[in-house]
Parts: sequence; C-alpha cells; structure tokens
Amino acid sequence: MAIKRGRGVAAINYPTGMNLGGDPSQALVHSTPTGNFMVSLSSVDLGQGLRQVMSQICAETIGVPTEMVHIDTADTDTGPHCMGTFASRGTHRIGNAVRQAAEEARQVMLEVAAEELEVNASDLETDGTGNIQVKGAPQKSISIFDTALAAHFRRGRSISGRGMFLVQRSYPDTETGAMKPATCYAHACVVADVEVDDETGEVTVLSVKNVYEVGRALNPAMVEQQLVGGSWMGISHALYETTEPYYPDRSHGGTDFIHYLMPGPGDLAETETIVIERPAADGPYGAKGVGEMCANPQIPAVANAIFDAVGVRIDTMPITPERVLRALKAERGAVQSGAA
Amino acid sequence: MEIRSEYFADERPETLHEIGQSRPRDDAPGHVTGKTGFFADRTFPDLLHLKMVRSPHHHALIKSIDTSEAERHPGVIRVITAKDVPHNLYTILILIQVGPEDETVLADKKVSWKGEAVVAVVATSERAAHEAAAKVKVDYEVLPAVFDMEEALKPGAPEVNPHHPGNYYEYDSGDHRKVRYGNIEEGFAMADHILEQTYSSSPIEQAPTETTGCIVAPEGNDRFTCYTNTQAMFFTLDNTSIILEMPGHKLHMVGGTVGGGFGGKVDVIVEPIAILAARLTGKPVSFIYSREEEMQISSPRAAEKIVIRDGVMNDGRLVARKVTGYTDAGAYSRHSPYGAQKGAAHYPGPYTVPNVWIDTYCVYTNRTPSSAMRGFGVTIADFALEVQMDKLARLIDMDPLEFRFINAYRDGDIKAHRQPTEGAALIECMQEASKVANWPVAEKYMAMSSAKREI
Repeated sequence: MAIKRGRGVAAINYPTGMNLGGDPSQALVHSTPTGNFMVSLSSVDLGQGLRQVMSQICAETIGVPTEMVHIDTADTDTGPHCMGTFASRGTHRIGNAVRQAAEEARQVMLEVAAEELEVNASDLETDGTGNIQVKGAPQKSISIFDTALAAHFRRGRSISGRGMFLVQRSYPDTETGAMKPATCYAHACVVADVEVDDETGEVTVLSVKNVYEVGRALNPAMVEQQLVGGSWMGISHALYETTEPYYPDRSHGGTDFIHYLMPGPGDLAETETIVIERPAADGPYGAKGVGEMCANPQIPAVANAIFDAVGVRIDTMPITPERVLRALKAERGAVQSGAA
Repeated sequence: MEIRSEYFADERPETLHEIGQSRPRDDAPGHVTGKTGFFADRTFPDLLHLKMVRSPHHHALIKSIDTSEAERHPGVIRVITAKDVPHNLYTILILIQVGPEDETVLADKKVSWKGEAVVAVVATSERAAHEAAAKVKVDYEVLPAVFDMEEALKPGAPEVNPHHPGNYYEYDSGDHRKVRYGNIEEGFAMADHILEQTYSSSPIEQAPTETTGCIVAPEGNDRFTCYTNTQAMFFTLDNTSIILEMPGHKLHMVGGTVGGGFGGKVDVIVEPIAILAARLTGKPVSFIYSREEEMQISSPRAAEKIVIRDGVMNDGRLVARKVTGYTDAGAYSRHSPYGAQKGAAHYPGPYTVPNVWIDTYCVYTNRTPSSAMRGFGVTIADFALEVQMDKLARLIDMDPLEFRFINAYRDGDIKAHRQPTEGAALIECMQEASKVANWPVAEKYMAMSSAKREI
C-alpha cells in the first residue's frame, strides 16, 4: 500500500454564446450633460463582474477613462432586452451591443466637437483621457466635458447610441446535422498532477497547469479570477460533487454543504494559469466567452492522472474514493485470479 | 496569471487604452464591505412568505387535495392550488419555439418527481407557512417510477410525462438529434483498432452561495415589481406573462448583483407563483429557496451516459468516431432538450475526424428536472472525450499529448456539423502546456500552427 503519483492531460474547446445562436442582446448609451456616459442594459451580473467589463468596452470605444462610464442594468423598465447571462455569452453578446451603441454615441460626440472646433468630424480623434483633438494637431482640442455641455445646451444634440447584437439562429439539418452552432470557440489544455492513496482511494490534486486561449483578455485580473475559480470547480466536479451519489438510485442526496462535498481551502491544488489570445473575428475587441470552458478540462485531466498513478480507469463522475477503491480491488482480484 | 503574447501577435494590431487593463472592479469594495445590495435585502412592513407543499413520491396520481386545515392555521393568508394558476402548463423555451408545454406550475393530476410543487401556502411568517404546509392533505395513488435512462426508453416503461410518450424528447429529426459526416462504416473498416467505451455521470448542483428566490411588491398602479436573482430578466418576465396571463407591461423585474448562478437561476420557477401570490393577496410576497430546496429541488446538471466508439490508425490518426449520448432530463424538459442538442453540436470534440456519427437523446425519468449548468451539454462530453483520447493514445502506444496534436483541428478543417473551422487555437494551448508542464513532445508538434497546416 502506497501513495502513488500520476500525471494527465486534456485539451478542449468551447463555443461562445447560445448553441445555434438566436440569442439577442441590446444596449443603450447616453452622455450626461458633463460628459459621463451611462450604459443601460437588462443584463444580469452574476458576481463575475459583467458591469466592469461593459464599462471598459464602452470607455475604450468612446475614448474616455473607464471611471467615466456607469452601468445601469438588470431592470426591465429601463434596460433594453438581453437574453440573459448564461452560455458564456455575456462578454461577447452584450459586449458587442455595448460597443455598437458606444460607436454611435461617439460619432455624435465627434460631430458636436467638430462643430465647436469648426473642423470635420472625420479629422478628430480621442486621446483616451477625456479630450477630443484634431489628428496631427493635438493643440487644437476640446474636452469631452465641454463637448457634452455644448451638445446639451447649445447644439441640441443627444450624444447617445443604440446597440444590438444577434447571431442569426441556425436550424440543424434533420438528417445530416449540418448547422452553425457558434461563431467562435475558446480553447484550453490542462496538465494535472495527482497523488492517489491506494489504501483509501483518496485522490489529492497536487497541481494543475492551465493554459487557456480566451480571444482577448479585456480585463486580465478578472479573466484570472474566472479561470482560477473555474479550475477549482472542475476539480470539484471530478472528485467530489453530486446530488445523487448512487445515481440512478435517488437516495443519500446531500441537502447542505456538510453532506454535499466540495474541496475546501486546504484541498486547493497549486494552480498555474497561462493565457493565450487569438482574437475572435466577431468578438468585442476580440473577446470570446470563457466562463464555462475554464471548468471543463480539469475533469478528464485528473481522471487521466489517476490512471497514470494507479492503473485504473474511473469512467463515472464523480471519482470518489469509494469508486477508486472498488476499481483497485477489482484490478487486484483480476491480477490474482489471472496469476492463479 | 501570465499572458503569452508571442502567440498570434500579428492578429492583435490595435492600440488600446482601457481594454487589456486590469482596472479594479467598481463593485469589489461593496462586495467586501457588505454594502452590495442583493434581492433579499429588500424589506417590506407587511411581507408575506410562501412555502411549497411538495410531493413525497417519485411518481403518483393526485386523488384529492384538502387545504381546509391549512387555511385555518394562524397566520395563513392564502393557499394556492393548480386551479388558481391561469396558464398552469408551461415550458420555459416556448419563447424560442421549443415546445411542447410539459410542466405544471402546481401539480394537478399527478406528480412525476419527489419534490414536485403541489400547493403553495402564503402566511405572515415563514414559520406559519411551514406549519400550515404540513397540514395540507394530499391523497396520492403511488405509481411505478423509472430512474434509469435505459429502462425509461424500453417499451412498457412507466410514462414519466404524458407530453413525451416513450420518455424521450421528440426533435424534428426524431427521437434524437443526429450528426452524420463521412462514412462511419468505412471509417471503422479501415481502422487498425476500434475502441468502444461507456462514460457516465451523476447530477451536480450549481451550488450558488445565494439560493434562488424573489420578493414581489404590488404597486399602486396595478403593476408588480419583482426583485429577483434570475440570470435572465426578460426570460422571467415573458414566461411569467404567459403563465399568469398578464400583459407584460404589468410586470417589472428588478435584478442586481446575483450571489452566483452557474446556470441554476436560468429556470423560471419562483417568480410566477410569487407574483400570483402577490396578486391574490394584494401584499408583498417573498419566496426564497432553503438550502435543501436549492440542493434537491432546484434543477441540477443532468446525469449523462455517453458511449464512444472510435476507429484509430497505428500512426495516430482518428478515422471514425461514433457517439451516442443520453441526457437525463428528469421529469420535465426545462432546458434539457437544448443541452442534449448542444452536445450533438460539440462532438467529436476539437479534433478533425473524417467519419463521424452522433446521436444524442434527451430522456425523461422520475427525478428532479435537470437544466442549465456551467458547461451545459459539454462538460460531461469533454470528460468522456478526453478520457477516451487518453485510452486511445495508450492503445497505440503513443504519447497522449502528441496523439492530440496529430488530430487537433485547424483553420479551414470542416467539422462534423459541416462548418469550416475558424480561429482555432488548440495547437498553441498544447504547445504552451508542453512547455509549462515540462511535458516534452517531438519538435514537429512544436512547429505546428492552428492557422495553417504544414506542407
């Protein structure tokens, strides 16, 4: 009886947005009289930080610092339709709607600035810090603050924009299954190192090396929080979680976090996260959805590492100590009877 | 975290100011100081509480319901049964034309899973609602139940749901979704080895910190404001409008920060009945799942069974992949027909295989309806696919990572569902994993590119 080490790999891809498309989201953007920008949505922030990412997309597009953008969301009276926050669609779908709305608002803003500066709007650019200037002649400029005031009180213009993003729905061919499930995919490859106690069947995940391709990391710190959390969830799925431990038998289902097990802080694997960016052709600044895919590859990587360690395959999730022990016993029984 | 910018550098030309910056989250100080508002932080002076009477049986006919004693219980304001729900039969995805309506808001004739909602009790305190719920008498005639997907699909199995004869979801392609590409039999005929393996999983709970719930306030203008932690505001509004036969303009959904969703709050379960309760009583109503309800009543990730049969050559090429997937929807559809279909679109994984045959089934059993969860339709598929890839590599005595390089999809490759691959990056992820994990592979694999095949 011993503690044995093993290593496993898995590689995956994951579609962005609802399968087969047909999932719209809208955004409205307007400026306040002093040149702050409000984004109106009905999208839901699940704690992952949707509002922050939408602020950055709007700010980048209009050409202002992120703190000048505020998000008003999750209210069906004030926000235009959003299909919802699921299917790794928030950043991609809603982000595209915000970008389109912000582009329209930016255009009005530049037109007002052009009137104030008596130049053509096409000759103007933003400096990213709150000013609009003539390309090649930055001394000729106007602040966005003054531009918004001018729009409101002199020019009678609404600096605002509408955004809508819809991937047309695809209908699978009934016989061949020909269809367009998604427009872009995120990718990952994970290597897991484990220890397996062949006396108790317990598996300890020592480390996971997670390489994720995310399109574009719009806010790297937030990408990291999602990827690390997802990695933990994947390990939890692989080794711990189920509401029906003896499925298809309905008994012994956990009803609280004492009987429904998940790894605690002491069970966390050493986690290394590497990001690669291949921008999606139709993503806002190239972003893909990564919320779901980041929790998937750890599961098979851990399963493969367990085989590498002790030579048994557990093809049923979750891979509990009980299942590992039963497989080891069956293996030993087979070896012994084979020898005899 | 490290960003490896050397990959695909020529595809990222723009100069950006705000994008790519780790700006501190605007909401983080609120979260860590307890100032962030959640739906349950709303308080109303005359708030009522709704508790559900649930089926103790996996499958049973409802012979009679007697609510008289519960109605007399101190603090009880209203007891709601199926006859009070204007459009009691519903299904969530009817909004995007995925029917049929197959689930009751409150059971009337029969229950098809242990925990199914039968009677709602509305009282002035949670305690009174619980106590009164215990006094509702439902007379059941227990029916045989089926829990195993294979058993459910056999002729003569108990019928879980009258809207799904045969216990499977009827797609326009028949009893399963199909993908057919190349010639699967020729693929197997040419293979050096064939490996068929079966993978399975049990249901998994989304386990959000904040349980599913809502608080509904009737407004003076005959509208209803519903403070909810749904993941989809208009999904909830539009389904509620259908179920309560109320025009949409009478409904106002207000969300906010949600304490974790993971797919568990995509169903429309608590809002319609809570809004109905508010309409019937004229008072604000709270309906919030207990942790036990979140664990065993709220839809989990479906259990799945996946059979993969592969044909592989000694040189590492996958030449045939046949997948049969079964998704255990439990008693009602919710989002499961969508999830099973998403699986069909996902196979054969991120690999280019010339001959593919995929069948995915959505099966009904007498258990808690399953629904959306992070990785919907794909998580268990990836477990099966990637364990299978490991077994195949070992079968032909090849390094598991190198085996994946040989089969990885690249730009321009036609997938089984007949779309050309664009924006692939599996190769580069594996190259980087090889480096970071010190898992060496032959130089020719490190020279590969997703953007084009080497000549």
